[in-house]
Amino acid sequence: MTSGIITASYIAASALFIMALGGLAHQESARRGNFYGMLGMAIAVGVTIVGLVSNNYGLLVGGIVVGGIIGYILAQRVEMTSMPELVAILHSLVGLAAVFVGWANALEHAPLTGVAQSIHAVETYLGILIGAMTFSGSVMAYLKLSGKIGGRPLQLPGRHLFNIALGVIAIYFMIQYMDTAATGGVFELTVMTIIALIFGVHMVAAIGGADMPVVVSMLNSYSGWAAAAMGFMLGNDLLIVVGALVGSSGAILSYIMCKAMNRKFLNVIFGGIGQKASSGGPAGPAGNAEDIRSVESDEAADMLLNAKEVMILPGYGMAVAQAQHTVFEITKKLRDKGINVRFGIHPVAGRMPGHMNVLLAEAKVPYDIVYEMEEINEDFPNVDVSIVIGANDIVNPAAQEVPDSPIAGMPVLEPWNGKQTIVMKRSMGTGYAGVDNPLFYKENTRMLFGDAKERLDQILKAIS
Amino acid sequence: MRIGVPRENEEGEKRVALTPDVAVKMQKLGFDISMESGAGADASYADEEYEKAGVEIIKDPKELWGNSDIILKVRPPKAHPELGFNGVELMKKDQTIISFLYPAMNPEMLQEMADHGINALAMDSVPRISRAQKMDALSSMANIAGYRAVVEAAQHFGRFFTGQITAAGRINPAKVLVIGAGVAGLAAIGAAKGMGAIVRAFDTRPEVKEQVESMDAEFLMLDFEDDEDGSGSGGYAKTMSPEFIKAEMDLFAAQAAEVDIIITTALIPGKEAPELITERMVANMKPGSVIVDLAAEAGGNCKLTVANEVVKKHDVTIIGYTNLPSRLAAQSSQLYATNMLNLLTELCPEKNGEIDINMEDEVIRGATVVKEGSITWPPPAPRISLAPKEDVGLKAKQALEPVVEKPPHPLAFLIPLLIVGGALFGLGSVAPPEFIGHLTVFVLSCFIGYMVIWGVSHSLHTPLMSVTNAISSIIVIGALIQISSDNPVVMALSGLAVFITSINIVGGFAVTQRMLRMFRK
Repeated sequence: MTSGIITASYIAASALFIMALGGLAHQESARRGNFYGMLGMAIAVGVTIVGLVSNNYGLLVGGIVVGGIIGYILAQRVEMTSMPELVAILHSLVGLAAVFVGWANALEHAPLTGVAQSIHAVETYLGILIGAMTFSGSVMAYLKLSGKIGGRPLQLPGRHLFNIALGVIAIYFMIQYMDTAATGGVFELTVMTIIALIFGVHMVAAIGGADMPVVVSMLNSYSGWAAAAMGFMLGNDLLIVVGALVGSSGAILSYIMCKAMNRKFLNVIFGGIGQKASSGGPAGPAGNAEDIRSVESDEAADMLLNAKEVMILPGYGMAVAQAQHTVFEITKKLRDKGINVRFGIHPVAGRMPGHMNVLLAEAKVPYDIVYEMEEINEDFPNVDVSIVIGANDIVNPAAQEVPDSPIAGMPVLEPWNGKQTIVMKRSMGTGYAGVDNPLFYKENTRMLFGDAKERLDQILKAIS
Repeated sequence: MRIGVPRENEEGEKRVALTPDVAVKMQKLGFDISMESGAGADASYADEEYEKAGVEIIKDPKELWGNSDIILKVRPPKAHPELGFNGVELMKKDQTIISFLYPAMNPEMLQEMADHGINALAMDSVPRISRAQKMDALSSMANIAGYRAVVEAAQHFGRFFTGQITAAGRINPAKVLVIGAGVAGLAAIGAAKGMGAIVRAFDTRPEVKEQVESMDAEFLMLDFEDDEDGSGSGGYAKTMSPEFIKAEMDLFAAQAAEVDIIITTALIPGKEAPELITERMVANMKPGSVIVDLAAEAGGNCKLTVANEVVKKHDVTIIGYTNLPSRLAAQSSQLYATNMLNLLTELCPEKNGEIDINMEDEVIRGATVVKEGSITWPPPAPRISLAPKEDVGLKAKQALEPVVEKPPHPLAFLIPLLIVGGALFGLGSVAPPEFIGHLTVFVLSCFIGYMVIWGVSHSLHTPLMSVTNAISSIIVIGALIQISSDNPVVMALSGLAVFITSINIVGGFAVTQRMLRMFRK
């Protein structure tokens, strides 16, 4: 196979990948988009195997078959509520693969001289660095998301200095490596790999649970940049194109998530919300405990039955309680009775971008009654009953009313503009931002305490 | 503790202080309950229903008064028509009575209660603060009274409320004037509006304008220079200056000639109701018009009102019923009993069936008129929850002051362009052409990515992440290029990379497919 055909195939694959992402603009075209993605990948891998591989077919086929089977099983078994964990662990694999490919290339590549040599050395170095960071950061994110280690941000004293020191060492060894790369440079690469691994762990460990959507999208972005760096190193345009697509996709997602929380990206990565809150003093309760009006499930059910417009606002608590199916059963019952039920989704509800949408889709909630925050906020005055299921910060009026609140300025859903709000919550605890919620004390708010799943089951029974 | 609910003995009183639903909830607080036989009959709650709810029915009212720790009533105690006792004389130290007591009008009764050493909580003295709303029986009763006032008016009004154009001609809608837009007034506005009438409302407190307009009624403004504000403490109106009243009366006179129905709800606590509708105004009303005077018990807002009666003067029907809530007895009993339940919940925070009259609590302090034999009425003035007005003004002023921000220099946007341009120039002058070629591809791809990703629907962000994750495994190409190496280390690393990227490729695409299949209309 000539290099011309290979390059042409890569062009086709690149176009297919772009179409794959473009397809996600609408639910209708999304599945076709995914098919384009698969086709592109098949072309790219197939052509490369036929055109460039000349040896070790056993290893190759074995790796693809075994890996593919494992991947397929993972994909079929994963619970929709655990999607963030799966995505995190898959990111780590991309990072690890980048490290392997980078090392393999560093150990054996075509001889180069002069500037080309230096540039190649930098490409290799950066590729491995980003890959290792993505790997250890994603593993850490996976551990946090799956609850294997606590979600609290780790706040080492002098952690900024620590990060800067790691950065300085990494740059120093990069300069060293530009000289030694021609003769191996294994020592510099090893030190850098270790530093990058430490940096990845430390970076994610310092970020709290509520910022996980940003972390997951950021790691998504890194895995793309790692692929792009590998492309430069290998002089392969397909890798560069795909890496750049994925990298910018993750970067935009991070940006959207940060904007949804009214935070600066750097502040999320290096700050941690705990630090900001401590400088402003601990937030006191937002109201009198006596002002809280709690209701039982049957009263909540009555409120729903008497409403004409119902808005459901799910949060991470719904995912934890696995309550999405019951939510949909309730939705169906209410809609059958002629009550207009809609869903309002805050961009950072859950632990990764779009998490709530996937859960609702899994429960078969039709996507045309699921609305984004911006679409739905102005409709609240017409809403008779809003139900907040296991959410806190994303429905916190303090973001608009209390100028020195840690979440001040964050766009939030505004159920308090509606007639009544039912808040389902385990207890009066604060959200991840550690800020008390004045919504709970408002006159037209009713608290329904307890496990979301149990309570929703009771409501379902009461309305049917 | 044992709760006792006697039968109301006032003439025409159909309400009862407890309903079967609420009885069940009260028992959850740990109380035992007994009731006088037939106490709920007038409100359509039979003894059997109470028994089913776990309430003990007692025939002899004396036994009930004597043996209950807490007496729940609607009306202040009054001598029994047949048995001749009013109940209070049967009560002993440490017993508690909760009821409407109107302490300002019943000083002798308070003294009698104090002499018996009992505790008394007046439902009408619950402070009108937001926390106490769930116990505010005055509001819940006023709401019913306002609704019923419209129903009574409709009964005596010989015409439609709503306007219609029919084949037989045009029917004009009725015009209703509601004076006093408190709870009762607003309820009346809602009911009249619901029946299709044109509703106007007047109140001395300008802040209720918004509430009136939110009910789709017209708020009548006084043509009056001085900005007099009629808000007293605790959400009531206060007495106004003579000039204000003159302007007010002119307005009513003008309106009286125009409207068909007037519903007056103007009450000032502890005082006789202000006279707002004079005989001349009544005479000026159209024949067949109706006045419902909700202040009849306190003397009436209309000169011609006769308490508890419907009179016809100058061809205008004037309704002076004093106990409109009793005319919707089942509903008003239910609401009143729930107010009682909420008060008992406050009194019994431990839910152990014992009450604690905690005088530190603002609500309980306000409601308690007799405590252990001493009169504790009137309570200290309620704390005002609003911040002083000046403060608000100052804050608003600060908020309005423009934040002066230096406009960026018109050429500032050039700086990043220059930096990037310089960097590219530097790179281009040393880098080999292949590198520049790759860089071109990279930069353009970033822009394509940027354009494409902004178009992705928010709801598909999770599938976007899993699919980008799958395609970023394109890194497998790098491994494939190197897997044919003879170097065993390179071969092993490449093999491993192929293995893990395969997990990723298949896993990523498969899970994306699984998710996308779930999205449906």
